Amino acid sequence: MSLISKSAAEHLRDLEARKVSSVELTRAYLDQIQKHDAKIKAFLLVDPDAALARAKGIDDRRAAGKPVGKLGGLPVAIKDVMCTQGVKTTCASKILENFVPPYDATVIKKLKAADAVLIGKTNMDEFAMGGSTENSAYFKTANPWDTSRVPGGSSGGSAACQAAMMAALSLGTDTGGSIRQPAAFCGITGLKPTYGRVSRYGLVAFASSLDQIGPFGQTAEDCALLLEVLAGHDPLDSTSANIPTPEYSKTVNQPLKGLKLGIAREYFAEGLNSEIEAAVRAAIKAYESLGATAKEVSMPNTKYGIATYYIIAPSEASSNLARYDGVHYGYRTEEKQMLAELADEQKRYEAEKNQKKLADMDTPLIRLYRKTRAEGFGPEVKRRIMLGTYTLSAGYYDAYYLKALKVRRLIRGDYDKAFEEVDFLVGPTTPSPAFKIGEKIDDPLSMYLEDLYTVPTNLAGLAGISIPCGFTKSGLPIGLQMQCRAFDEERLLQAAAMYQKATDWHMKRPALA
Amino acid sequence: MPDHSYDLIVGLETHVQLLTETKLFCGCSTKFGAPPNTQTCPVCIGMPGSLPVMNRRAFELSLQAALALNCEIPEFTKWDRKQYYYPDLPKGYQISQYDLPMSQKGWLEIHDPKGRFQPKKVGIIRAHLEEDAGKSLHDEAAGKADSRIDLNRTGTPLLEIVSAPDIRSQEETRAYLTELKLLLTYLGVSDCNMQEGSLRVDANVNIHIETPQGKIATPIVEIKNLNSFRFIERALAYEAKRQYEIWQETGKKFGDPGTFKQTRGWDDAKGITFAQREKEESSDYRYFPDPDLCPVVTAAARVEEVRRGLTELPAAIRHRLEASHGITPYDSDVIVAQGRATVDYYEAVAKAAGDGKKAANWVTQEVMRVLNEQGWTLAQFPLTAASLGDLVKRVIGGEIEITRAKEVFNDMVANKRSATESMQALGIAKVDTSELEAICKEIVAANPKIVADVKGGKQQAVGALLGQAKKKNPNANPNDVRRICLELIEKA
Repeated sequence: MSLISKSAAEHLRDLEARKVSSVELTRAYLDQIQKHDAKIKAFLLVDPDAALARAKGIDDRRAAGKPVGKLGGLPVAIKDVMCTQGVKTTCASKILENFVPPYDATVIKKLKAADAVLIGKTNMDEFAMGGSTENSAYFKTANPWDTSRVPGGSSGGSAACQAAMMAALSLGTDTGGSIRQPAAFCGITGLKPTYGRVSRYGLVAFASSLDQIGPFGQTAEDCALLLEVLAGHDPLDSTSANIPTPEYSKTVNQPLKGLKLGIAREYFAEGLNSEIEAAVRAAIKAYESLGATAKEVSMPNTKYGIATYYIIAPSEASSNLARYDGVHYGYRTEEKQMLAELADEQKRYEAEKNQKKLADMDTPLIRLYRKTRAEGFGPEVKRRIMLGTYTLSAGYYDAYYLKALKVRRLIRGDYDKAFEEVDFLVGPTTPSPAFKIGEKIDDPLSMYLEDLYTVPTNLAGLAGISIPCGFTKSGLPIGLQMQCRAFDEERLLQAAAMYQKATDWHMKRPALA
Repeated sequence: MPDHSYDLIVGLETHVQLLTETKLFCGCSTKFGAPPNTQTCPVCIGMPGSLPVMNRRAFELSLQAALALNCEIPEFTKWDRKQYYYPDLPKGYQISQYDLPMSQKGWLEIHDPKGRFQPKKVGIIRAHLEEDAGKSLHDEAAGKADSRIDLNRTGTPLLEIVSAPDIRSQEETRAYLTELKLLLTYLGVSDCNMQEGSLRVDANVNIHIETPQGKIATPIVEIKNLNSFRFIERALAYEAKRQYEIWQETGKKFGDPGTFKQTRGWDDAKGITFAQREKEESSDYRYFPDPDLCPVVTAAARVEEVRRGLTELPAAIRHRLEASHGITPYDSDVIVAQGRATVDYYEAVAKAAGDGKKAANWVTQEVMRVLNEQGWTLAQFPLTAASLGDLVKRVIGGEIEITRAKEVFNDMVANKRSATESMQALGIAKVDTSELEAICKEIVAANPKIVADVKGGKQQAVGALLGQAKKKNPNANPNDVRRICLELIEKA
């Protein structure tokens, strides 16, 4: 067993026992990146020197008997949507290609304070919009299990680097499934916490009422370790919950008794891949053998999840992304060329004596906005900005946005009702396994439908975890999703850890060429 | 075409900057006049990932203002994003309040001490909180078309107070704004400094024209960014005339197809309003609730607590001064307009003097005159209320006559002396009655012609004697001299 194939929790015990140093560990992961990332392309940015310097600092402190934070020198990869002071944060978008934030996101501050070694910034769908990481403005990331396939998304880089053992832990964000779906596709564990559990301050917003930062790890225990550091009230985020953070890492290995699982019949409807269904049903059996009871429940509004999501998320996105206008920071169109174009147009219309065209001509400012945004955003981001602008427009607001908010409440109502009877909802994370790169790129609707099982969690503001529960015959990982009541992550992690004690799907690692 | 009479109809949208230390959604200072872009942070300049956190003090000040404006305070209010693109709006949206403002349905009573209009209540449709934008500084010199942006002001809390279209004249407009400014200043909610942009006014204006067919309303025009009371009055006068002339030319009226609210600016140098948007189109701000902020819930008990804690408001002070000191509305208006410090000063003078009316005369005339001449604030004025009250009391008691009292007053101010000290210095003492009678006898005897004139019915002829008495003793009270002389002449 190589050094890097251990779980983060195991590494931490080794670090604390001084069986391994943070520098050794960091170097091992950097070597793995060096060896394999040319093919996987999980990272947008790696700074080995900074990572090693940080690791050394932590080792020195430990050697001097000084206190070391909870993450004790573990290398952690960050989705490139979280602001890192002095380090480029691009959101995989051209429009932020040179953006260097002057401040750290709250989670980055917490990671630093907990002595994580930030090993690099990972690739993603532009502004976290997508489910395949193909929407990155820079390059596509490959699935470590089959490099012709997508790692999922939008946190595809973080999931792929975790699966390919290029980091001990990684951070993703989940707006409609962007942690759980890539976790499922890459055969790792990924947790989307309850809305408000983790501060969003410094997370570049996609859809503010849905976005949530969460951990990827090899195991539920790893996720517990990382969530414990990330979670907690932040006075800088008005939507962060002011409730105590449990010590997840202390309780995660305590099995739960009398577990009541809910099986929503809507999660096993038409369109679910049969191999996935079989793996998920087997996982439920495994739980039953551990003393859990399973009960069928109904989540009748699940079917409206995607439609509701694709009104609310783009509406918020259209507003959140308005700031990228080329005026204050980020990409700006080439101004001289733009002004020359405008002058040419004016001459042309004057020659044509086209008064209407002349009257309708852009001012230089409007043209600056238009060109900057046309050149700076990719097609999926533009699609969502247009959708959201439309759904918030006068005359359409009530029919779309307001209606979507009402359905959102109904979806939450389904959960509230189900959780009166059961502790967790169990089902597949995705209806099908990782698809081929390019397979769905021209079919946004079928891409959107991949999020069928994950989107309702975000709409309801609840937590969900994806854990590996098997493989397809062709060797692609399958994810089991469990969702819980608001702020019940502690028990959710315990339930996931129970399963991982009884199975070894989460221990499988891809054979990297 | 015959001339028609018309009424001016005005509704005002007033933006006031709240007197908070920090901005509405971040901890940056709101202080005016700092070098450009030095009072900014990731939040107010809209950096990716930054989030707003509401300034509770700003909400508290807004609550006070809204209650003073007799507004209803809904239990639940929320924040909305008003979306438009402009370089001084770095997020691409302004955080404001749309359909559920923090207050609504109030009123402000206005009056005119000169009596040009009857006191009336101007409705307040709503008052809501929002963040200010930055400043664009356009430097178009040498054809460079350079624009510079200062984001120091971005995120400063503004209270937007929207009046009903209840205002009917320039005088009422000025009275409304004066009263609003006074109210907010008394509350300490805003300094309402128009030069620094702490109070900015947009006016919605049209006219209702009397015609044989009934009243006709012209399309509404919004005049933006009127930054002095004088500009507002001039702009309204101009706009009323302009709308009347346009109506005469085109006959276009409010609600006609193709007519909508036009936005115009005021050019004070040219004395005209001008269309601000090339294309007259209605904007769609795509308002929606800001998902980064929680709704604000204000319990009724909290509202009552704030209401109870409100400082005494200008209108109430005026009524109280008029009722308890018997002063005229004109005097109470002048005193209250000077601010709370003057009110307190006046009341202390009145108490010490034992006569509110006389005290009011002294404060509104002599004290104000000195303050104006010297460019002082009341705090710089050297006479304590007790000291001035002492002087006034002596005047009332007849110890000193009024013209001499003004000399004393000037001496007290100039030399920072008490009334007693000044009177001594000026040699002022009450003249003994027997001495005064002796003086009068002397001058009556010396002026047979005047005596004859008075006896002949020309009572005013006695005036010539007063000056002579004053020469003999500068402290001789002219009223007493007049009375005694007339008595002597009658007896003679």
